Amino acid sequence: MIEAAALSKRFGTVDAVTQVSFSARDGEITGLLGPNGAGKSTCLRMMYGVLTPDSGSACIDGIDIRGETSAARAHLGVLPHAAGLYNNLTARENIAYFGALQGLGREALRGRTAQLARSLGMESFIERRVKGFSQGQRIKVALARALVHDPGNLILDEPTNGLDVMAVRGLRDMLRALKDQGRCILFSSHVMQEVAALCDRVVIIGRGRVLADGTPQAIRERSGTQTLEEAFLQVLGDAEGVS
Amino acid sequence: MRALLIVFLKEFLENLRDRRTLISALLLGPLFGPMLFGAMVSRMLNQGVVESDEPLRLTVSGKEHAPGLVRYLESQGVTLVFAPLSESGARTVVRSGAAPVVLIIPDEYGARFTAAVPAPVLLVADSADSTTRKSADRARLLLSAYGSGIAQLRLQVRGVSPLLAVPVAVNEIDIATPTGRAVVVLGFMTYFVLFAVLMGGLYVAIDSTAGERERGSLEALLSLPVARGSLVGGKLLATCAYMCLSLAISLTAFVFVFRFVPLERLGMSANLGVRTALAFFAICLPFIPLGAALMTFVASFTRSYREAQTYLTTVLLVPTLPIAFASIYSLKTKASLMFIPSLSQHLLMTSVLKDEPVEVVDVLASAGSSLAIALVLIALTARHWRRETMLG
Repeated sequence: MIEAAALSKRFGTVDAVTQVSFSARDGEITGLLGPNGAGKSTCLRMMYGVLTPDSGSACIDGIDIRGETSAARAHLGVLPHAAGLYNNLTARENIAYFGALQGLGREALRGRTAQLARSLGMESFIERRVKGFSQGQRIKVALARALVHDPGNLILDEPTNGLDVMAVRGLRDMLRALKDQGRCILFSSHVMQEVAALCDRVVIIGRGRVLADGTPQAIRERSGTQTLEEAFLQVLGDAEGVS
Repeated sequence: MRALLIVFLKEFLENLRDRRTLISALLLGPLFGPMLFGAMVSRMLNQGVVESDEPLRLTVSGKEHAPGLVRYLESQGVTLVFAPLSESGARTVVRSGAAPVVLIIPDEYGARFTAAVPAPVLLVADSADSTTRKSADRARLLLSAYGSGIAQLRLQVRGVSPLLAVPVAVNEIDIATPTGRAVVVLGFMTYFVLFAVLMGGLYVAIDSTAGERERGSLEALLSLPVARGSLVGGKLLATCAYMCLSLAISLTAFVFVFRFVPLERLGMSANLGVRTALAFFAICLPFIPLGAALMTFVASFTRSYREAQTYLTTVLLVPTLPIAFASIYSLKTKASLMFIPSLSQHLLMTSVLKDEPVEVVDVLASAGSSLAIALVLIALTARHWRRETMLG
């Protein structure tokens, strides 16, 4: 369970995020949808604790990320916008590094890596150095790295950016599998189809504010449109004062 | 503490697999100094030895005007080449390198010599050319020796004691020990040692900070439940480890090079054996965390590998400044100078090299001040890593 309560953040004179509240539930995929520059990344960064909100708070499984950062992070896996790997290390070493820093022992690490390699289909390249990996292989390693401590919650910032079709499909399947394991998944995207295909709940953000929050169906019904895309444009348009 | 160790091991391993780091940290950095040094010193020595062994070669024009002088020069073992040359002709010959030094005896020499008024000779040489400068010096000495010999004879003939013309008798006592004289030659070797120390950590410092940001792994790392201080600590420790390796390799190479450089042939002895190398290592050890902290601190502010490289090349030059000052003002080991890093290491190493006694207080002051500055820089680096701007 990931909760944001009235999060606000200013950068200089710019209000990046204003009074953002929503929650992402366990066993669901929640999509944070918004155009570029809407404040999605800032929002997520406050929720995994690398940015301090000016006001408001974020909780992971009820633990305040600012108050008890380490405890909260133990329940949270993060795949940031830039999820680069260490090219001179093997896939296994990349995963083990983060696992060790999460506090896993050698035995636990071995078991967990084997499990992730199996479930994410990495067995064929787990011992190879990451340099020269395909996008699909890299995203698998990055995801395994974020999941190494078996967190109940997962935050992904634009995970499909720059991925080819095959890799996107693979990632979608992996996220569905994680959801079926009962995890809480929160990811951001500016791609409508992405969210429509995957999410149980959608939070639409524009200009740093929450414009709509609910199941795709509820959002469509509320705006009286046929597709989520139309609903998205309408909600945004209202906010911009265009439509 | 555990996290710090994990970060250290990972950075150490990762850089061990990086060819760029290995070449600069364990090959170019530590070996550049000893190689250049060995080559330069042996060339200098060979030149010196060859010049004093070989007879002086002097081109003389107008020998018929001064048979006495010519006989004197021949008796001193000078190889004389006779060629009629004008002044401009002599300039050309010297400039082209065909003759190292030309002595021109003009027509009026004989008449003036007989009349006992100063008889002019022209000595043409190029003082900017280090290979022929020695020949010119030797020619000048021979000419003035001939001159004073003639002067003494003239005084004697006139019934005056030649001693009257020597009011002061100068006796030089050169107290430079053979090792001390070698230090002039070895003076800048200490810089190469400090250079090797910094080069050893250069790429590790860049890779663990700017590199982390450039390849996009930084934010994931910062999202872990690990204190930022531990991350910085582990990265610094890895940088220090490579700097230690580089220093050890450099000193080993220096010891090796000095086995083969014939310093004794110039009456110098280089006090650079295993014991000196160990003393150097101990003296430089406190400089390592300082250098690592400085490079990591600077690199933490940069966004890319390239940018970090640009700034850190400047950092590499920082330790030269105090050393340059030291040689310009010929500073000696003094308690007050021990608080300046790089200068204090330079002075202590020079003292060890000269076989001078080294005060324990000086060593402690040098180590203490370097470590204190290192701690301040480490604290500043950790503080920067805790900031939001670190995300970039």
